[in-house]
Amino acid sequence: MNPLIKLLLEGGGLSTGQMAQVLNLSEAEVNRQLDQLKKDRLLLGWRPVLNLAEEEAGVVRAVIEVRITPERGGGFNRLAERISRFDEVESCYLMSGGYDLLVFVNGSSLQKVAGFVSEKLSTLEGVLSTATHFLLRTYKEQGFLLDVKVAENDRLKITP
Amino acid sequence: MDPTRFIARHVVNLPRSGIRDFFEVVSKMQDVISLGIGEPDFDTPWHIREAAIYALEKGKTHYTSNLGLIELRRAINRYVEKNFGISYRPEEEILVTVGVSEALDIAFRALVNPGDKVMFHQPCYVSYHPSITLTHGEAVPVPTYAKDNFALTAEALAAAWQPDSKLLMLNLPCNPTGGTCDQRQIEAIAKFCVEKDLVVLSDEIYSELTYEGSHTSIASLPGMKERTVFLHGFSKAFAMTGWRIGYACGPATLIEAMMKVHQYSMMCASIISQEAAIEALLRGEDGMKAMREQYQRRRDFIVRRFNEIGLKCHLPRGSFYAFPCVEKTGLKETDFAMGLLQAEHVAMVPGTAFGANGTGFCRACFATGYDQLIEAADRIERHVQKLAAKR
Repeated sequence: MNPLIKLLLEGGGLSTGQMAQVLNLSEAEVNRQLDQLKKDRLLLGWRPVLNLAEEEAGVVRAVIEVRITPERGGGFNRLAERISRFDEVESCYLMSGGYDLLVFVNGSSLQKVAGFVSEKLSTLEGVLSTATHFLLRTYKEQGFLLDVKVAENDRLKITP
Repeated sequence: MDPTRFIARHVVNLPRSGIRDFFEVVSKMQDVISLGIGEPDFDTPWHIREAAIYALEKGKTHYTSNLGLIELRRAINRYVEKNFGISYRPEEEILVTVGVSEALDIAFRALVNPGDKVMFHQPCYVSYHPSITLTHGEAVPVPTYAKDNFALTAEALAAAWQPDSKLLMLNLPCNPTGGTCDQRQIEAIAKFCVEKDLVVLSDEIYSELTYEGSHTSIASLPGMKERTVFLHGFSKAFAMTGWRIGYACGPATLIEAMMKVHQYSMMCASIISQEAAIEALLRGEDGMKAMREQYQRRRDFIVRRFNEIGLKCHLPRGSFYAFPCVEKTGLKETDFAMGLLQAEHVAMVPGTAFGANGTGFCRACFATGYDQLIEAADRIERHVQKLAAKR
């Protein structure tokens, strides 16, 4: 794996300048490699990982199990892509098992999410059924624990 | 009345650890970036901690066999066989101890008669010399040198050897130098041990943290298993320093002798730590490899920076310590370390804390975050430049 990707995956939140220092590259080279990773569609983009429970406006998230009819020639892909393009859809995965697509949806209110499911998603041709589960509480988000206080560093400063 | 007279002579004469004096100063300071810590910065992986919690829930709160849980000894055998190519019988050739420190202590106590000569390479971990003294052995230090990347050579061994030498203490890769031996070097040392009929205590606590080439245990070489006590533990590779759990493997008679001391002094290692250790051996390998990868990147960075700054530093093949030479600053290593601490709040341990052969060097532990390492390197650079401007 590319050393830059490994460093990004460590999640240290380093600046490009710091990454350049660690990898013994110029900052310009780090930026060039990041651009290349984006061009290669390996690095898709940057998003902050937020604790949305702390956000007053609030966000309602739901996970929807969707059963769809595969098409001759295209399988699940055409419909999956069509569903994925909605702004409300955060992530969309093809699954093995009792349903076909697992769709993560968010909206500013329960009504908005419900409206999306009933008006947009379930009315698409080829969608056989949906089962919507609302997320009640987040304990871990993208590798970050939410309700765990960062422990004071109580390691001894000098040890043998 | 001075109670000092009650203390045993050999303890009165035991010098304080050089690290402790330094610790006193550092612990009173704020905002110190410490490169003086001899342990991983990672917490123990959660699945290992969770196994310990589960053990408590199951009521695992009792003594274990003196040798340790048989399940753990079996897991140790499988692990050592797979990674070091040596097989030990779990029933009588493996002893679970309270860290390698205890294993080392009971090995010395079981093997050393008063006056026996014990060879060990220096610079080395702070406890070797005092442990030999405490068993009334005679310490015979063997120097390792920067020109050899602090690998122990058979030539240096031969030069330091004295008649009646009984034991050789090895620590490869080495704390504080990160030095280790390649296959050819370790074979030459093994040959020397057979020739001189030495028993070997091999502390291989940093073996998993070998970055270039593979680690060869001396116990795996021909004629060595029967004269080697292999010491290992979980502290470094699995980030389990606070659990105090290690083990010794060796010929049944030697393990039995060590077990006698162990049963009267320690009884057994903590059952909770033993349960956690089983989990570490069964499912800890991926986590360990991920940590090793990070250490390697940090090593490459900090060693490069030391050399850029002008503090010549060899590439440590193992461990998480860099051992740069500070002689160029014109200061003794103790003065350099103290000056750096006072001026820039960066702590490195003076090399002489690890024996006289550490003169001119400081130990920098790179088991800390990149941001800290980057900042520490910048501060050290500034300090070295200021020193140069003054001269």
